Amino acid sequence: MSQHAPIFIVLLPLTAALLCMLFSRMSRNLGAYLVIASIAASLASAITVLNNVVAAGGKAIHYTMGGWMPPIGIEFVLDPLNSVLLVLITFISLLVSFYGLPFVKDEDWLHVGGYYTLFGLLTVGLCGMIATGDVFNLYVFLEIMSLSGYGLIALGGKKSMLAAFRYLLIGTIGASLYLLGVGYLYAMTGTLNMADLAALIGPHIHSPLFAMAVGCLIIGFGIKMALFPLHGWQPDAYTFSHPGAAAFIAGCMSKAPAYAMIRFVYYIFQVNNPVMRSALDIIGILGVGGMLIGSFMALAMRDFRRMLAYSSVAQIGYIAMGVAMGNMYGFIGAVLHMINHAIMKSGLFLVIGGIVYRFGVVHLYRLGGMNKKLTISTITLVLCALSMIGLPPTAGFFSKWYLMMGAWTSQNYFYMVVLVISSLLNAIYFFRIIEQMFVQREASLPDVHPHEGKLGLPVPMAIPLAVIGLTVLFLGWYSADIINGIIKLGLPEVFLR
Amino acid sequence: MDVLNEFLKTRGIYSLVMVLFFLGVYGMVLSKNYMKKLMAMNVMQVAVIYFYLCFAQKDGAMIPIQNGLTTNPDAYINPLPHGLMLTAIVVSLGTTGVAIALLMRIKEIYGSVEEKEVLRRASQ
Repeated sequence: MSQHAPIFIVLLPLTAALLCMLFSRMSRNLGAYLVIASIAASLASAITVLNNVVAAGGKAIHYTMGGWMPPIGIEFVLDPLNSVLLVLITFISLLVSFYGLPFVKDEDWLHVGGYYTLFGLLTVGLCGMIATGDVFNLYVFLEIMSLSGYGLIALGGKKSMLAAFRYLLIGTIGASLYLLGVGYLYAMTGTLNMADLAALIGPHIHSPLFAMAVGCLIIGFGIKMALFPLHGWQPDAYTFSHPGAAAFIAGCMSKAPAYAMIRFVYYIFQVNNPVMRSALDIIGILGVGGMLIGSFMALAMRDFRRMLAYSSVAQIGYIAMGVAMGNMYGFIGAVLHMINHAIMKSGLFLVIGGIVYRFGVVHLYRLGGMNKKLTISTITLVLCALSMIGLPPTAGFFSKWYLMMGAWTSQNYFYMVVLVISSLLNAIYFFRIIEQMFVQREASLPDVHPHEGKLGLPVPMAIPLAVIGLTVLFLGWYSADIINGIIKLGLPEVFLR
Repeated sequence: MDVLNEFLKTRGIYSLVMVLFFLGVYGMVLSKNYMKKLMAMNVMQVAVIYFYLCFAQKDGAMIPIQNGLTTNPDAYINPLPHGLMLTAIVVSLGTTGVAIALLMRIKEIYGSVEEKEVLRRASQ
């Protein structure tokens, strides 16, 4: 069984998502339970894979399909870097799928089934993008992810249609550019397999076609991961998406393209050639721009969700900056920040989902007294906010520490200054929220879904909130183990020589 | 003249494909009607498909069917880009479908698919 675990990560949610409508037709909630169970099984497979990879000392597992050997056939390649991200994605997906149950409890079977079908497909797309070892297969999973993402964003209500449509137009440009880039690579080397591509790209790195391909890929992924200045679609999409799924969309949808970018930059193209070095400089400048502009825009927002969306632009900037440093610490910082940011941002959007569920509005200046009404949400929010700012012992501190070390090692002091400024701005806008909640007098908000009791929210919503809050602490506490035990096993070749 | 001929022979078709691609992007940015934006998006996707088909093209080669005469790979056209583009066509069909469904809902909610009108009503 365990040798087939890599394919189960993708196959189980895919099957469940496609059967979901049928089961929902039979009994309203059956489809939802099926998808949740499949995602739980997928998490178990991902943990098995991670275990196997770590036990093998970081040697990648190759899973080939249909008896076609690579480079002709499609394969899944799982090394420490992507198996840890698979665990992360399936973990968040499981929590958020559980969390979505109260949001759809008054809907008819069509809505419940549709919501969970899209949710399962989004999980499939993200996991497939991360697990695959084939560049065209990555495009297919990218489109599965995007199309289901458009659907989930459009489920959010009236205004979300426009946000989803705009995201669709911009996202399609990104996917087309990615496809163009893959076309150039295929025309140069005649292969689509990532490992084969890495071996064959060597003689071509000085041709203008290679520069063109790199440009297309970076812009394509930049659009998908909302790298500044390509982030225009993102605030609307995060703000208006379905409140139950927003945590998954905001937490994970930008991480898979970011991972793909890291995969291309460090594992396929290698960073020790002139084209890639200038490409890294450009990514770094865009990252710095995102960190500053995102943080300043977040300060100006009055809607909690919009503020977090702009803060995401800043955090993606951190990841891009870590990628751009081109040394080991920067790389570790970027990967660790991907993990931490996925957890923190999901946690914050879970909190927002709870506020939307209970009161229907998330105005930044009407949060007073939330600490009494929604105790668990408040604890999670404070933990996530401290982590976003980067206070020890929460998770965010450690990734920022590694980014700092990376900037110091590459003697790029400008990056250090920007990191500090952006962290301070983070502190301003998160302490503003904490002040609103604890100090301001109670805001008089009518309950949309009244709920008495200590939790303040239905049980399926309270459990994921508590788990995410604990995970932020846990990630901070065990960050050294994650780095030494997992990420350092899967460093790209460039750093090993 | 030779330079021009050489350019047209080797890069002419790719230049046209690039023109088509950026015409699509141009249309998406500048048209004021969401339906037209969607059509421009399709033009852009078709340009990518053409790009693949162009570099798969080979002079004097035949379709990849075993005919018993030769097994030399140079005698055949590489079928893989065509196969890839079948997938890309399906993806673009899916994207178009989702986009049209969204447009129908936008039309229901705002009563129009003109950008100006929709934005005016959305900001109310």
